[in-house]
Amino acid sequence: MAFFIFRRCVGFVLTLLAVSVVVFAVMNILPGDPALTILGLDASEDALAALRAQLGLNDPAPVRYVSWIVNAVQGDLGRSHSFGVPVFGLIGERLGMTVALAVSGMVVTVALALVMGIGAASNHRRFGDWGVMFLSQIGIAMPAFWLSILLVLLFAVKLRWLPPGGFPGWDDPVAAIRALILPTVALALVQSAVLARVTRSSALEVMRLDYVRTARASGFSRQRVLWRHVLPNALAPIVTIVGMQFASVVTGAIVIENVFYLPGLGRLIFQSIANRDLPTVQALVMMFAAIVVAANFIVDILYALIDPRLKGRM
Amino acid sequence: MRRPLPVNLMIGAALAALVLLVAFVSVFWTPYDHAAMNIPAKFQEPGAAHWLGTDQLGRDVVSQLMAAAANSMTVALVAVLIGGSIGVSLGLLASALGGWVEDLVMRVADIGFAFPALLFAIMLAAVFGPSLTNAVLAIAFINIPVFARVARAAANQIWTLDYVTAARAAGIGVFGISRDHVLPNIAAPVIVQATIEFAVAILAEAALSYLGLGAQPPSPSWGRMLAEAQTLIYLAPQLAIYPGLCIMIAVLGFGLLGDGLRDVTDPRLSRVR
Repeated sequence: MAFFIFRRCVGFVLTLLAVSVVVFAVMNILPGDPALTILGLDASEDALAALRAQLGLNDPAPVRYVSWIVNAVQGDLGRSHSFGVPVFGLIGERLGMTVALAVSGMVVTVALALVMGIGAASNHRRFGDWGVMFLSQIGIAMPAFWLSILLVLLFAVKLRWLPPGGFPGWDDPVAAIRALILPTVALALVQSAVLARVTRSSALEVMRLDYVRTARASGFSRQRVLWRHVLPNALAPIVTIVGMQFASVVTGAIVIENVFYLPGLGRLIFQSIANRDLPTVQALVMMFAAIVVAANFIVDILYALIDPRLKGRM
Repeated sequence: MRRPLPVNLMIGAALAALVLLVAFVSVFWTPYDHAAMNIPAKFQEPGAAHWLGTDQLGRDVVSQLMAAAANSMTVALVAVLIGGSIGVSLGLLASALGGWVEDLVMRVADIGFAFPALLFAIMLAAVFGPSLTNAVLAIAFINIPVFARVARAAANQIWTLDYVTAARAAGIGVFGISRDHVLPNIAAPVIVQATIEFAVAILAEAALSYLGLGAQPPSPSWGRMLAEAQTLIYLAPQLAIYPGLCIMIAVLGFGLLGDGLRDVTDPRLSRVR
């Protein structure tokens, strides 16, 4: 087991390095002059030369890559051109917003999906089952940004219960939570559609097993058997999908922040594209890719811990 | 006895055919020029002249939706073709050569999975500026590892079969066998995956265009129409409904079609129903 975790840790670090090479290559080696991109076509030759020197563009690419990684590990992600401050600080200011959105989105996703999936499985081939399957099919095909617009249309424009977008800051917790309700729901509804299906089919497979019938026969209630006996044994595939979904929740948060004008990292990335702020974009893309890789890594480890049958084989 | 075709296959095929038909027709005919502005006729309600009304510049909504369908189908087709042909080639290569080549291809594919289309499109937009071409490239890129995995898994099964051994005994090289014997026999899972990825690509194009990383004005796109409609949500809420419905119908159609094809071609994989 320890060897398995060690091997996965090495794999995790190697994957991160490979991902950083891809990010660096796309942002730096592809044809194009970052100085020209940042300053625009009518910049003077002196200004371009000065910026190239400041960005270290005169060094060979491998040298720039190594110094980018060494600095990043020490918490120096470079300077933002458009904001004129270190990228690290920019990310720090906005990280809370994105984490709040992603975590609340994930919690609501899992809660909704477990209730819907287990509910559908226990009503197999009955109305509740068909209803959940139909809704999840719609949810999978629905773009999250369109669902967001529809939610704004209903709850902000027509009913006026919740704000249509923007974020008032954490000083007023009630207003802050009200501002997060629609984004969280938009993020979670679409994600839970996928997870509910996995939960349902995983639960259905476990429900066929003999020990479930034995548990029912020995007098445990239907609900108790479902949540205490079926769910724990149906968890392995669910955890896999949750891990994969964490990645899509995080990238989904980039979209949702832009729909609702929330001042998080997703907004920052788009402001930086508009401002041609390449160091900031590079740092943020690397960060999001690292989150995706880390989520997959954690799933691998959890998978081994949850399913003891896999232990011997690893 | 022949089993009846699955319901998801039939609904999916009908919806997908409808979207493809509309896209095809729009190339030759739309009720109005989709980009023709007519400011005095802005924000018209749905009626006989404009079936779904007009937008803030008096452009006909139906014509825009139809032209956007053609755009969306083209983007999805090109992205899946590029990603699919590179991915399948890599998968075939990995399966045919095995050993370190197979390991290398699969590890590189794993790295590709770390980049959702959105992140890749963000990088391309930051370096080259946002454009539909960059969106297509980003969607194609994320398809490569998907197809490489599917093709390799399917091809590895074929390589164990007797007729492949016979072909090797007859002195045919690994590339010849891959092309003439393996590729035709992994077509089914590849086509199923391509249909599903087509749906994913439609959704991705819409999202990228909504965010301003895809289709640029005046090129019509469902995603971009939604972005414009969102700014007018108090004035003309109906404009925010139609493009989303189109996206949903298209994604639902190709998604169900892909699921249905999988159920038909590979009954072992069909889920508990």
